[in-house]
Amino acid sequence: MNQRFLPLLITTAVFVLGYLFCSLEFHNFATVRVFCNLLTDNAFLGIVAVGMTFVILSGGIDLSVGSVIAFSTVFLAVTIETLQLPPLLAFALVLAIGAVFGAAMGAVIHYLRMPAFIVTLAGMFLARGVSFLLTTESIPISHPLYSTLNDASIGIFSGRLSLIAIVMLVVFAVGGVLAHRTRFGTNVFALGGNLLSAELMGVPVGRTIVWIYTLSGGLAALAGIVFSLYTSAGYSLAATGTEMDTIAAVVIGGTLLTGGYGYVFGTFVGILIQGLIQTFITFDGTLSSWWTKIAVGVLLFAFIALQRLLLIVWSPRGRASFAMPKLFATRSAPSSSSGSNAFKGASLHPLSKRDGNNSDHSHLAGRSEARKGDDSLICVSALERKE
Amino acid sequence: MRVNLPAIVKRLSGVKHLPQFGGLGLVLLVDWLVSPQFFDLRMQGGRLFGSLIDVLNRGAPVALLSLGMTLVIATGGIDLSVGAVIAIAGATAATLVDAGVPVVLVGGLALAVGLTCGLWNGLLVSVLQIQPIVATLILMVAGRGVAQLITKGEIVTFVNPQLAAIASGSFLGLPMPVLIACGLLGLTLALVRATALGLMIEAVGINRRSSAFAGINTRVVIMLVYVWSGLCAAVAGLVLAADIKGADANNAGLWMELDAILSVVIGGTSLLGGRFSVTMAVVGALIIQAMNTGILLSGFKPEFNLIVKSVVVLVILFVQSPALKGLRRGAVVRGIVR
Repeated sequence: MNQRFLPLLITTAVFVLGYLFCSLEFHNFATVRVFCNLLTDNAFLGIVAVGMTFVILSGGIDLSVGSVIAFSTVFLAVTIETLQLPPLLAFALVLAIGAVFGAAMGAVIHYLRMPAFIVTLAGMFLARGVSFLLTTESIPISHPLYSTLNDASIGIFSGRLSLIAIVMLVVFAVGGVLAHRTRFGTNVFALGGNLLSAELMGVPVGRTIVWIYTLSGGLAALAGIVFSLYTSAGYSLAATGTEMDTIAAVVIGGTLLTGGYGYVFGTFVGILIQGLIQTFITFDGTLSSWWTKIAVGVLLFAFIALQRLLLIVWSPRGRASFAMPKLFATRSAPSSSSGSNAFKGASLHPLSKRDGNNSDHSHLAGRSEARKGDDSLICVSALERKE
Repeated sequence: MRVNLPAIVKRLSGVKHLPQFGGLGLVLLVDWLVSPQFFDLRMQGGRLFGSLIDVLNRGAPVALLSLGMTLVIATGGIDLSVGAVIAIAGATAATLVDAGVPVVLVGGLALAVGLTCGLWNGLLVSVLQIQPIVATLILMVAGRGVAQLITKGEIVTFVNPQLAAIASGSFLGLPMPVLIACGLLGLTLALVRATALGLMIEAVGINRRSSAFAGINTRVVIMLVYVWSGLCAAVAGLVLAADIKGADANNAGLWMELDAILSVVIGGTSLLGGRFSVTMAVVGALIIQAMNTGILLSGFKPEFNLIVKSVVVLVILFVQSPALKGLRRGAVVRGIVR
């Protein structure tokens, strides 16, 4: 058995054990109906978590998904109820808007070299703000198609697998294939492993990043459709904090937040574990809902601590990364070749002073970027000396 | 007459913190345009009133958060838990004062709670070496649950006038929150600029390993910035709880961590760590609040708030963007060579 699967196995084992524990506690728990409801209740969370898995695998983060979900529900409510658009057209429109929104954020992240955290934070404000503009009230959606879609289900024994649960399962299946069996997936993992190496190996970095955020935005819009089906309403305050729940599910599912390692299936189990806690609290009836948050926090901690432990135990490099030899192996080459650095240090040219001032308020620039700039300035000062 | 563009660009880029002060000036100018009495100040009952004072007063909690957040971000970290710490500290203070504990003790205990939260984050990041964003996500998720545990799920209100004075009191004509924020800003500046600590924080943020080789105790430095962030958040939590004379574990400080991170980034501190400016982060917090107040004064619906905020964030990011910086620098260099 490959030890790479260990975090995934442990996550799955926690879910299975947890489910067993709940079944022992409440004898109705181990029914198909409860499990199907678990899938239905967390369908929107699962769909958006697939997109988040790709984003996190690539080493990024997307804080805008919760707002995009809210925007989608409001947009659907306004277009279907107020503008009387056919629902299917509205679905297509909202998917396109979500995807374009994601693509725009991806483009800004890549081409303007800005941290994903801040760009998607701005996206979060923007999407939430636009949905506030559309309406601040909760609009019920009473189109007949909604009830048809909500009633559509596959009966399995005593339970029924609803349409939105099926949509989630399909998204997870497609996401799994996309991540682990296609060139795009390999590129995503390569980006998360090491951006620079990926670029040197010929991974189309810009295109891949834009596609990743397009996927995340599109899936968030799809989750918005599912959420509006689930609640039959559009509300601009819906799904606040979904982004953090999603990130937590991805991390519990065993994906490294630094990127480059993880499984889409793990995210599925992560979603199920969160849903399980909620269902348990509902079943218990005496526990307050805030225990969900505490339990999820404790689980998060347990899984992250476990990941650290496994990393240290497995890889000989886990320990060695703090040792001297590796440092010199990786760092010695540039320092020996940069004789021009000494020249820069010695230079008392006003140009270098100005550069110092300049970088004072400009160090949002990546450090490598700043270094590149310094080099070009050094060349210029060298030119001037020749003159 | 030929306009010497490179020279202008050169001179402008020499001004320190131009984007921040320019941004604040611009926002205040717009505020003044939408509401001509924006800069009017009047004295009433020994306390100054006016929109400007309002900006300072309302901006104080985020400014308080940004003090600690700047140091955390300067080490290359991030603290998502400050909103939850606000809720925990507020819940602690409200519950204790409601139970009849003396105010001084209540304040001390609330700060101690914030300190403990910071210590927990610091332990996770520096000793267990967990990524800061995940490490603080734990407390962000669990923290509100803990706060609700303290208040037993209710909104605890209190009537103690001494505790309420933290938010509504005034001294020398200025509201108490402003003075508290100024005091903590001074303390933070003294901590990082009068000692070598600031230098160490920057060193850790630029390269943790090499600063460890240079003899800096990186664990202690990282632990310290998270503790400081927790402490600042607890102070903000006290101010916010005193402001509403109660503790709402669900909504106190909700999403405030994002505003705090935003003000630090607007203040020009890179999310990658390294050089930082605490004062500019406070200016960033004021920019955010001046926008909020301006939108309220303009009579626009508050729904516009988020949109304007996101547009301003994008503009500021464009201005600070490395790609754009390259263009500007290129222009300067070309001008000199010519």
